[in-house]
Amino acid sequence: MNRRTLLSRVVFSVCAALLGAAFALPLIWFVFAPFNAHADLDLAFPAPPTLVNFARVFANGVAVGALLNSLLQAFGTVLLVAATATLAAYALARTPLRGKHVIEYVLLLFSSVVSGSAAMVPIFLIVNALGLIDTQLAVILVFAGGLLPTAMFILRDFIASIPRGYEESALVAGASPWRAFVDVVVPVLRPGVTIAAVWAFVQVWGGFLIPFVLLRSEQRMPASVEIYSFYSQAGTPIVPLLAAYSALYSLPVIALYWYVNRKYGFRFFGGIKS
Amino acid sequence: MASIQLDKIGKSFGAIDTIREIDLAIGDGEFVCLLGPSGCGKTTTLRMIAGLEQPTRGSIRIGGRDVTHAQPKDRNVGMVFQDYALYPHMTIADNIAYPLKVRGVAESQRREKTREIADVLHIGELLDRLPAQISGGQQQRTSLARALVHPADAFLFDEPLSNLDARMRVEARAFLYHLQRSRGMTAVYVTHDQAEAMALSTRIAVMCAGDIVQYAPPLEIYRRPATTFVAGFVGDPPMNLIAAQATRSDRGIALRGAGLGMSPLASWPALDRALDHGDRVTVGVRPEHLRIAAGDDASNEMRGKLYANEAMGPESLVTLCLDDGVRVTARLFGDAPVRVDGEVAFSFDAAQITLFDARGMRIAGPGETPST
Repeated sequence: MNRRTLLSRVVFSVCAALLGAAFALPLIWFVFAPFNAHADLDLAFPAPPTLVNFARVFANGVAVGALLNSLLQAFGTVLLVAATATLAAYALARTPLRGKHVIEYVLLLFSSVVSGSAAMVPIFLIVNALGLIDTQLAVILVFAGGLLPTAMFILRDFIASIPRGYEESALVAGASPWRAFVDVVVPVLRPGVTIAAVWAFVQVWGGFLIPFVLLRSEQRMPASVEIYSFYSQAGTPIVPLLAAYSALYSLPVIALYWYVNRKYGFRFFGGIKS
Repeated sequence: MASIQLDKIGKSFGAIDTIREIDLAIGDGEFVCLLGPSGCGKTTTLRMIAGLEQPTRGSIRIGGRDVTHAQPKDRNVGMVFQDYALYPHMTIADNIAYPLKVRGVAESQRREKTREIADVLHIGELLDRLPAQISGGQQQRTSLARALVHPADAFLFDEPLSNLDARMRVEARAFLYHLQRSRGMTAVYVTHDQAEAMALSTRIAVMCAGDIVQYAPPLEIYRRPATTFVAGFVGDPPMNLIAAQATRSDRGIALRGAGLGMSPLASWPALDRALDHGDRVTVGVRPEHLRIAAGDDASNEMRGKLYANEAMGPESLVTLCLDDGVRVTARLFGDAPVRVDGEVAFSFDAAQITLFDARGMRIAGPGETPST
């Protein structure tokens, strides 16, 4: 190895290490800070490690309630999206409808508008007209509407990969179309539905704007909004509590990814042929 | 079991007629093969009987009952699919029992019947496995078991043996024959393999471009193919077809073609009526009706250059190439190798040829009363 290549390797390794550290440091902070009673924005090993931050967070009834609200909104949306997206994607995949690809792409295009901030005013007006302001139902419906087209898109390739022979043999065996769908299609489709559901869950879990605009009462707010209560009136964060609450807030998402990865393994789906 | 009647069935996709107009009467306990090349409409016809496709016109009756617009579940048929279509998430037992389950048969009875049919098909040891864990032949028998577990009016087979390797296919074929004949099942069987159709059927419906060209018992189709298409499709190797021209003389009608010479044909009334001087005809000769011409018996012969000489064991396939490039194959029985080289002549018996007119339709034989 000549000196030139040695030098270039050293430079590369140093740069890579610095870059890696830039990404790793916040994560390391995130692991240590919740257990540090005096955590601030510096990276410090908790001495001694303590659960006092968590105790104080759990003493805050609104903050704990917000986590439950997040679960309610996320599971409500996931159930609605999973059920409707499966049915809609199946119908679209299996019926000879002219221009169905156009329908899919238009839906997909507009869904990013619906769940984005651009449509917030009309959505607010519609929800208001329905008398649903400050209800969990409004949050669930708006999230579901925005996530549905993408979920359908994710499921489309899964459904396309199921041979029609499965349903047809069930039909000839004596099943009604609905029965064939439930007995044969849904079980085979389960990995796809799980992927779509986890994706939808994460979207709702981290969603801020929709609950922030549509909800009024603090006791209905999800964790993504309520996390701001760990800021002082002046807008400075109360770091130890914020760290502990963030850790709690991340747990369900980490658990879900772990579960899906163990069960199916992560692959890329949706529009990408695997 | 029941009979099946297709009455003027047609199917169009847009402006294209996949099935033109089909009449097909299948008797109770018959085994009918729909035979034809891919794209001829045989699978579409089967799927219309199953109710998986809707005919554009015409009617379908099973056991006398009009099922033209009935849902598949209300037709009471069993079906075996080409790719078996076993449910990947269910065990073999659950797969087989599925038709009973959807019909609300009690669990204990379901288990009993599944066990019974699985034993008949020699898959009794596999009941707890998943479809991915058994071999192709076992999957094929599982799908057969699923079709048979419920006493259906008719059984439909969509190329069920085409995914098996050659040896298993022959074995499964004999098994299907035995099963169908011993149970008296009414069966409709789609295949593009003429050997399967010949071996299994009580009658074969040969299909071409959305029409049934001929519907007859296998040997009738073999001996008296209605058209050049049927002649060229049935038989392995198929019938040799040689273009010729008719010459009338007072000794009868003589047929001449490139490398083909025949003595005039007399006392063949149908031929006499069908052909004029100079008409084009096709001469059909089965490979087993050709022999190597001995020195002087060459009144009916075809002559050309040797193309291939394949010794198969009990028989040899000798192929020669006529002047116009058409190849003719003779099937010569006997285990001694055939010694031929260079120019070869086959001779044949005029009584064993089949003649087709310019449109490719068979001309009735010498002793037959011509059909209208």
